[in-house]
Formats: sequence, structure tokens, C-alpha cells
Amino acid sequence: MAGTILVLGETVDGQLTRLSMEVATLARQLGEAGGLTVAGGVVGPEPRAAAEELARHTGGEVTAVADDARSSAAWAAGQDVDYIVLGASPDGRDTAGTLSVLLDVGVLANATAVSWEDGGPIVEMSVFGGKLITRSGFTGGKGIITVRPNAVAAEPAAEPGSVSESKPGAGTDQAEVRVVDRIAEAGAAASIEEARVIVSGGRGVGGEEGFKLVQELADALGGAVGATRAAVDAGWINYSQQIGQTGKIVKPQLYLALGVSGAIQHKVGMQTADTIVAVNRDPDAPIVEFADLVVVGDLFEVGPALLAELKARQS
Amino acid sequence: MRIVVLAKPVPDPASSAERLGPDNRLDRSAAPAVINGNDEYALEAALKLTEAHGGEVIVLAMAPASAPEMLRKALAMGAASGVLVTDPALEGADTLTSARVLAAALRGMEYDLVMAGVDTSDGGAGVVPAGVATLLGLPYLSYAAKVEPDPSAGTVRVQRISPTGFDVLEASMPAFVSGTQALGAPRYPSLKGIMAARSKEIATRSLADLELGDKAPSGTWTTRVLASEPPAARAPTRVVRAPADEAAKEIVDLLASRGIV
Ligand SMILES: Cc1cc2nc3c(=O)[nH]c(=O)nc-3n(C[C@H](O)[C@H](O)[C@H](O)COP(=O)(O)OP(=O)(O)OC[C@H]3O[C@@H](n4cnc5c(N)ncnc54)[C@H](O)[C@@H]3O)c2cc1C
Ligand SMILES: Nc1ncnc2c1ncn2[C@@H]1O[C@H](COP(=O)(O)O)[C@@H](O)[C@H]1O
Repeated sequence: MAGTILVLGETVDGQLTRLSMEVATLARQLGEAGGLTVAGGVVGPEPRAAAEELARHTGGEVTAVADDARSSAAWAAGQDVDYIVLGASPDGRDTAGTLSVLLDVGVLANATAVSWEDGGPIVEMSVFGGKLITRSGFTGGKGIITVRPNAVAAEPAAEPGSVSESKPGAGTDQAEVRVVDRIAEAGAAASIEEARVIVSGGRGVGGEEGFKLVQELADALGGAVGATRAAVDAGWINYSQQIGQTGKIVKPQLYLALGVSGAIQHKVGMQTADTIVAVNRDPDAPIVEFADLVVVGDLFEVGPALLAELKARQS
Repeated sequence: MRIVVLAKPVPDPASSAERLGPDNRLDRSAAPAVINGNDEYALEAALKLTEAHGGEVIVLAMAPASAPEMLRKALAMGAASGVLVTDPALEGADTLTSARVLAAALRGMEYDLVMAGVDTSDGGAGVVPAGVATLLGLPYLSYAAKVEPDPSAGTVRVQRISPTGFDVLEASMPAFVSGTQALGAPRYPSLKGIMAARSKEIATRSLADLELGDKAPSGTWTTRVLASEPPAARAPTRVVRAPADEAAKEIVDLLASRGIV
């Protein structure tokens, strides 16, 4: 039975996000497994380049709609599709919530994997802070799926799809929100949710000064800097980098934790990382129970040694 | 200003005892219920706003009949009253139903702002607020780090966390704002607050009290959990106690063996 799956691409400064490439790759795989048509859409002020990038990953037709990205949901609601997939980012979640009530369909959120089985998508989610993996489906043959970063690796299609341009829709009932200003914050650019490597610092890092070491290690490993709430509360680093229950939930290939105790509220944000390495003075810290490798020692000694070792091997 | 805060009881994530029942639905008896973390931040921000501008905060929850315990804490923190929508027909409700029911309850209330957490720690879908705002036709300002209403102008400004910093958004009130921990740490209820909360009202509503029309829950949800299993167990931890340079070599060896460097 043929149907259509629609991928909504998201842009930052006109560029398609890596998460959107992953979602597009996933949609293409579902399309192949279920015999579905894969459609795409990018709504933004200058959507063309991002739409082409999306089409490279979906292999299907993508519509570029030159409009405020906030009207993404209004555009998508006008498309006749069975499933809509998008990233579980702030914008993606907002769009999913709006689309759900506009289309009267359900949402399966924060997918860590999606497969096509018995004529529908089956969505895997990690719940209760990673303690349980659930598999869920839609009951009505339609639905919206938001996908976590790193659920699949982005991979272009054998043949790129085509892009067509479309005028914005007739407008929506969505009440007006004006963007008064956009403020760039230093350091906020490296998104920890999309990073393949995260080096994170906790209270043990001791201050802003100590985070320089964390940053150097992140640079050496090509990763992003994360933090515990203790470090954020102390003002050493922005809240955007916080990992855990009230911060971000991440699933990188490598999580390197320096001076992080591994409290339950932090653990729920990072325990599904593929490899966890910790440096901690305290052999009884909770993180010792769920890391792959723990170095019992002072991060101000092990950190620089690790930097030196990484540089030595890379040269 | 009147602010309605949407507060959901969730199993305490710190209890580590959350689990699903045999029907693959949340087993609410397994872990003690607390107010969802992000909702407490929204509540705190709302209380600060009414302290600065006058007015009051009302908490609204759609939850099992046992929820007053949890709502009582919100009242002890300073909310003036509570509304609990509870109905056996809502057991296991999906996010679409939650959005419709909360929107219907809000239709019967007066407010300048509705505030919510961006997501919940139990389901964490993060889609209910946008759904409620859309159903009510309210401007929706999400991921707020700061909320600044201007009651005389009838507008509200929000700093919204963006991938590169933050955006300053503005809309007219009434408006819907969802927020996170960046709003600021919630207060502890004072002894006086706890005493005062005992005599505050928590109004209970059932589905029959709400106007849901043909969208009333019919016992089938849009999504269903089919199966669940614990994640694959992690390999045992390797603990290294060695001089820094040896330890560094061990780390890089592991990363190399896993193709990370
Ligand atoms: C409702 C709620 C929500 C929360 N949400 C979050 C959240 O989202 N994210 C989060 O992270 N936390 C959260 N927390 C806080 C959490 O409970 C912990 O307090 C926090 O994670 C601890 O941070 P930490 O590991 O940096 O600090 P600590 O627990 O103080 O640990 C510091 C560690 O550093 C080690 N250390 C110190 N010096 C050195 C050194 N020189 N070399 C090596 N090791 C050293 C110590 O042995 C210790 O293990 C939340 C708490 C609550 C109540
Ligand atoms: N049953 C509910 N009762 C009250 N508020 C809710 C309920 N469900 C969701 N919310 C609000 O919507 C936010 C996001 O919820 P969710 O989309 O389920 O992650 C929560 O932080 C609450 O503020």
C-alpha cells in the first residue's frame, strides 16, 4: 500500500541542520522499507540551498517555501501525507505539537530508532532516563514522529531528489509573534545534541579557567563542550551546554566526563552514550558504576596528559 | 496579571523507580509523584511576575484523582488556587488528548499568560504546549529563558533559547509561554506557605464539565506502546589507577579501538 511520508527540514542561518539530514536519511529508509513516497519541505526565509541538501538525503521531491520558519506547521498541514517526520529540536517539537492538533493525529516523540513493520512505523524511544526502551506505533495509520539526534547516521541518497519552489500558503490562524532581536552568544554555536563527541565538565573543573582545558580536549577530539548543572549554576558555562534531566539529552559516540560525579539527574541525560569515559578523583563516585572506563585521578593531571597523547598520535 | 501554570505530576525521576505496568502504561504506584521539573520553573517565574506586577497564579493539571497532594505543593509555593481535571476516561491519554483537554479547561478561565514547562520528564514529548496554544489561537513563545510582560502595553517579551544564543520575541497578551530551568530555581515552600495552602481551593473538573464536542476521548488513543525492554547492559567498568600519562594512553587506546580517534 503506497502512502507518503513528509520530512520537514530545519535551518540555522540558512543551512540545513545535521539533525534534518539524519531525519531525511531515516525517512528514505522507511520509504524503501514501506514502499512510501518520500516528500520533503523546507520553510524559511531563503530555503533553496537547504532544500537541495534535504533532497540529497531524501532522494525525493522537496518543496522550498520562502516564508518565516515559524509557518512550517501551517505549510505542512496543507500537504496530503500519511506520516510527518522531523527533528526533536525546539522548533521541531513546536511544529509537531501544532501539527498534531491541526491534523488530529498523534505524536511519537524523541525516537531513537524507527523501523517499518506490518504496514506502519514502529518507533523506539528511551524512557525513564534511559532505564527502558519502548516500541510504539500509531493506531490510525497516520502520525507525526520527532527524531532525536544520532538516531541514524546521515547518508546521501544514491540519486539526489529534485527541488521545486512554492509560495507560502494562505496564512494561518496562528497568532502573531514578532522577532525583535536575535542575539548570538559565544560558545552556544556547538550544539551538544548533534555532537559525536562531548567532553563535559562538572564541579571538579573548578571554574571558568578549568573549562579551557575541557574546551581544548573537545577541540582535540572534534567535539563539543558539555556541563553539569553544578557548573552551569556556578556561572562557569552557559545553560545551553547543560546535560541532564533539566538540560539536554545526548547520545554521542563518546562522552568524556571530567570532574563529574554522575548524579542521577545528570546520568539520565547521557547514559545512552556509546562510550563513557570519566576522570574522577573519587573511586566511589556514582559515575564509576556506569562508565566504560574510569581513570581515578586528578583531572588537571590526566587532562593535559590526554591532550599530549592525542596530539602525539595525530601527528 | 492572572497567570495559569500547567503543571503535570510525574514519577519522581530521582527515585529511579519509574516503570510501566503490565498494560505498558505508566505504573503510577511505582514511584512517588512530583511536579514535573520544568513546570516548577514555569511556576516560579509566574510567581515572580505576579509579585512584581500584582495578580495571581492558578495551577492547572490533568491528572489522576490523587493529584491534589502534588498541587498542594504548588499552592504552598504561592499559587492562589488549583484546577484539577480528572476523569477515569483519561487514563493512558495521549498528548493530543492532553492538549485538547487542557485547552478546553483553559477556555473557561481568565488569564493574561498561560505558562508551561517545555517538556515532561516521564514522556518528554514536548508537544503539548504548542498544541494547547494552537487550539486557543494564542501566540506561542517557547523555550523561554526570561519573561518580561508589559501589562500597560498589553504585550510580553520573551528571550527564547536558540541554537546560536537567544531570540527576543514579542507578542500581545494573552499569550502562551513555555520555559525551562533557565527561568531560575524554584523556591522552597515556606512554613507559612504550607499552612496557607491547606485552605486554598483546588477545583475538580471532569470531562463532563468541559466542552470538547466531537473531540471527547472515546477510549482509543492515537499511539500505543507495543513492547518495552531494558536497554542492553553496559559492559563492566574498567577502573584505571595509574600515573597520568599511562592513564592517558589507556584512554586513547580505548578510543582508537572503538574507531573514535
Ligand atoms: C530537579 C533537579 C534537576 C536537576 N537537573 C540536573 C541536570 O539537568 N543536569 C545535571 O548535571 N544536574 C542536575 N541536577 C543536579 C544533580 O543532582 C547534581 O547536583 C549535579 O549533577 C552535580 O554536578 P557535578 O557532578 O558537577 O558536581 P559534584 O556532584 O559536586 O561532583 C563533582 C565531582 O568532581 C570530582 N572532582 C573534584 N575535583 C576533581 C579533580 N581535580 N579531578 C578529578 N575529579 C575531581 C569529585 O570527586 C566529584 O565526583 C538536578 C537536580 C535537581 C534536584
Ligand atoms: N496532564 C497535564 N497536566 C498539566 N500540564 C500538562 C499536562 N501534560 C502536559 N502538560 C504541560 O505541557 C508541558 C509539556 O508536556 P509534554 O508535551 O507532555 O512533554 C508540561 O511541562 C506541562 O507544563
